[in-house]
Amino acid sequence: MSVELELAGRVVELVRSAVGPAAHAEVLVEHNAEALTRFANSAIHQNVAEATTTVRLRLHLDGRTSAGATTITTADGLRTLVDRAIEAARLSPPDPTWPGLTRPTPLHVSAGHPGSGEHSGLDFGFDEATARADPGQRAARVRDFVRAAGGLETAGFCRTVYASAAFANSDGHAVEGRTAEAAMDGIARADGSDGVARLASGRLGDIDGAALGARAAAKARAARSPIELPPGRYEVVLEPEAVADLLGNLAFFGFNGKLFNQRQSFAELGAEQFDPSVTIVDDPLGSRDEPAPGLPFDGEGTPRRTLVLVRDGVTKAVAHDRRSAAEAGTDSTGHAWAESRTWGPMATSMRLEAAPAATEPVLPPSVEPGPTAESARPLVAHVERGLLITDFWYTRVLDPKSLVITGLTRNGVWLVEDGEVTAAVSNMRFTQSYPQALGIGMVRGIGSDSVLLPDRWSGVRYAAPAVHLASWNLTGNASG
Amino acid sequence: MSHFDEAYSAVQAALDAGARYADARIMVRRTESMTARDGDVEDLSSDESAGLGVRALVGSSWGFYAVPDLSDAVARAAGRRAAQIAMASATVPGPPIELVPAGAGEASWASDCEVDPLSVSLSAKGDLLVRATAAAKAAGADLAEALCRSWDTRKWFVSSDGHRIDQHIRECGAGVWASAIGDGEVQRRSWPSYGGQFGTRGWELIDELDLIANAPRMAEEARALVTAPLCPAGETALILGGEQLALQIHESVGHAIELDRILGWEAAFAGTSWLDLDKLGSLRYGSELMNITIDPRIPGALGSFGYDDEGTPATKRDAVRDGIWVGVLAGRDSAAVAGLDYAGSVRSDGWARLPMVRMTNVGLEPGPHTLDEIIAATDDGVFMETNRSWSIDDRRLNFQFGCEIGYEVKNGKRGRLLRNPTYTGIGPKFWQSMDMLSSETIAWGTPNCGKGQPGQIGHTGHPAAPARFTDVRVGVRG
Repeated sequence: MSVELELAGRVVELVRSAVGPAAHAEVLVEHNAEALTRFANSAIHQNVAEATTTVRLRLHLDGRTSAGATTITTADGLRTLVDRAIEAARLSPPDPTWPGLTRPTPLHVSAGHPGSGEHSGLDFGFDEATARADPGQRAARVRDFVRAAGGLETAGFCRTVYASAAFANSDGHAVEGRTAEAAMDGIARADGSDGVARLASGRLGDIDGAALGARAAAKARAARSPIELPPGRYEVVLEPEAVADLLGNLAFFGFNGKLFNQRQSFAELGAEQFDPSVTIVDDPLGSRDEPAPGLPFDGEGTPRRTLVLVRDGVTKAVAHDRRSAAEAGTDSTGHAWAESRTWGPMATSMRLEAAPAATEPVLPPSVEPGPTAESARPLVAHVERGLLITDFWYTRVLDPKSLVITGLTRNGVWLVEDGEVTAAVSNMRFTQSYPQALGIGMVRGIGSDSVLLPDRWSGVRYAAPAVHLASWNLTGNASG
Repeated sequence: MSHFDEAYSAVQAALDAGARYADARIMVRRTESMTARDGDVEDLSSDESAGLGVRALVGSSWGFYAVPDLSDAVARAAGRRAAQIAMASATVPGPPIELVPAGAGEASWASDCEVDPLSVSLSAKGDLLVRATAAAKAAGADLAEALCRSWDTRKWFVSSDGHRIDQHIRECGAGVWASAIGDGEVQRRSWPSYGGQFGTRGWELIDELDLIANAPRMAEEARALVTAPLCPAGETALILGGEQLALQIHESVGHAIELDRILGWEAAFAGTSWLDLDKLGSLRYGSELMNITIDPRIPGALGSFGYDDEGTPATKRDAVRDGIWVGVLAGRDSAAVAGLDYAGSVRSDGWARLPMVRMTNVGLEPGPHTLDEIIAATDDGVFMETNRSWSIDDRRLNFQFGCEIGYEVKNGKRGRLLRNPTYTGIGPKFWQSMDMLSSETIAWGTPNCGKGQPGQIGHTGHPAAPARFTDVRVGVRG
């Protein structure tokens, strides 16, 4: 039994001894050890690590609900947490929509997750070496990135995270799991133009600082001397970094069970809302090709598993916690988190399915590293006149229901004419409905290689191929 | 109860392990959050967090380590660990680091608070939010939401430069939102601002907001917006309400004058700045009406404190005077790199996060006009208020904002409602077009400023009043 499971059980017992067996109590204990080595101006300037254990208690007592959390895991700290939650519940108004507790349920997990009693037998899973990574290993990757950039100014981070968590409730459901992840994200800068490379994995050993530094530098060099283009609608190839932004916003505002229930989401179950080439899944347990398994249960102890959100262009599901699921008349999909009652349940391991390789034209490997990611090259070859966009920045929603978003391009944009990159372009502002951009007939191609990309927050990742879209609404340029 | 001894132990352990400078922050924070929806309390949480973060400088390299344990032995181990991390940083070293003097030695400070927010009963809080959302719902909202939140933070700071500073900061705030769901889009109105109003004050701040009385008007306006005409596209005179101008200041001035961004330390994530230190003191940022101050001493404003998280006493400084850029937000190391002699704008989001350059209260000094005078002096324009969306490029130049509500302004009068108002521009060009500024200043609080890796959420304040800008592009849409 892990320390976290022992703590969770202790808090359930404290509740039981204080208010008796009638109370519904659920306890999530998370130990999170996150370390991040950050560099700028080609030197490590911030280097941090923390090891935090947080105990979260949700209590339903006499028809009323409260929640609390603490990082103080002493006997006094836990008792204070319980006493405060009991007091808050007694002073709260009735909660008629309490969805009840998760019944004892086995996990759907891969090898390496202890405590489930079930193992898939697959060989991807928890990586002990990543969990034990030290500052020297992160710094070495930074050194390799900086060197590979060949004298260009560089900036970015290398991150490792180890999390061990346990959940227990007063209905006897108890589960535990652990996860490790690594990520690197960096830019190289050439004459005011930036190029980026980033990668996430469940294994630090997969993170090659030199390869990432070389790729960022190649993009930065190709982005020098940009021209300014007029605003307008352009055909575009979005590289995986930009596609990750689409997936993140679709998860937050579209496939969010709370917003769906409130009719603030575009999602309509069973409707053909995307191009038939689009299939989007949430894959929290990872896969052999994307070995980054997250924790095997959510904040309510519901086992996590693959959730198909869009299949062949048809919206199939949204993410639910127990409360939003009850309101929608369905089951939780395992997407509860500490603030899902406020912000709604969200998918955190989104993947846009890559196209089968056989449908792609075969191109010889590029001789010189240039602006185009390998996975995007076959798509660029089909662009008559359009833009190759590496990354998006500061995307914000103008309207949540139509999911019209404004933001800017970043880290490299190029003009493509007759299938060839012809000029670097300065960054532009866009105002675009994301579902509309992926709508029926709007997707001209999807790359055959997915890249696993980190989010700014650990525990969130995206698997994204490049995509070729018929139209993207660029509404401003460097002049305004 | 004091935690100076544990913080001192962490600092001493870092020095013993080879650091030439070290500091430690112990923070104990209680937070409470309550939300309501459509006349029912939706969520209630009460959290407590306590821990120690220690920072060590070895040679020219920093290390930081944080633990949720306040025992002496753990504090010492954390100090040693911070020094070890700093030594690993030397694998890819930067230029020599010096620290400008921080000023204070031993000190104590507490924010003003008439009614402790945590002493107000949960039933009273619930009653307020339930009644506010019920009032909005009864007035026609499809969805009515409200929130109140409070923070109670105690800090003990010790450094190897001799600091021993404790602070007690209480913050709270609230807001109510009404949404009307139309055909294919959602219209929302918020009181008193996009995310609520927050300050370093007690519950009296929330009482003054009068959520219940204002909620019905929000619902009525949201409903009216569903059928209102779209904001026309084009270039026109733009009048901004004070709350929207506060966010404009935050995004296009506050972040741009952060010295760490100017020096490239945030290049890969938050971005850099269009500002060049060589032009400090001579660059025209805006019109002569533009006077921006950095002032962490404003009573009750959300970015106020007695000492920043490097121990520098709160001091008022000019950032823009008569339209000329004259000051930055700085920390002890970034100031030394830039050749400046002041710091004072470094804070951390809790004990587990590295202190970094953050906004304090960055705001606009009052102008000579009133909002009514500004509207009366405008023949043709648009008045927009209450932020709905914000986006700005990584150099803090190219921005686009959406507001919840717009009004046509014709011949000096406020006219019909306009739906989905947006405006866009380039920072200095926009600020140089400001030709009227109101004296009706409010210190708006922004409790959700994101920066840093790992991510940190900052609390900032922005005194602002309504103002007019000429020839602004409005009505950008997808």
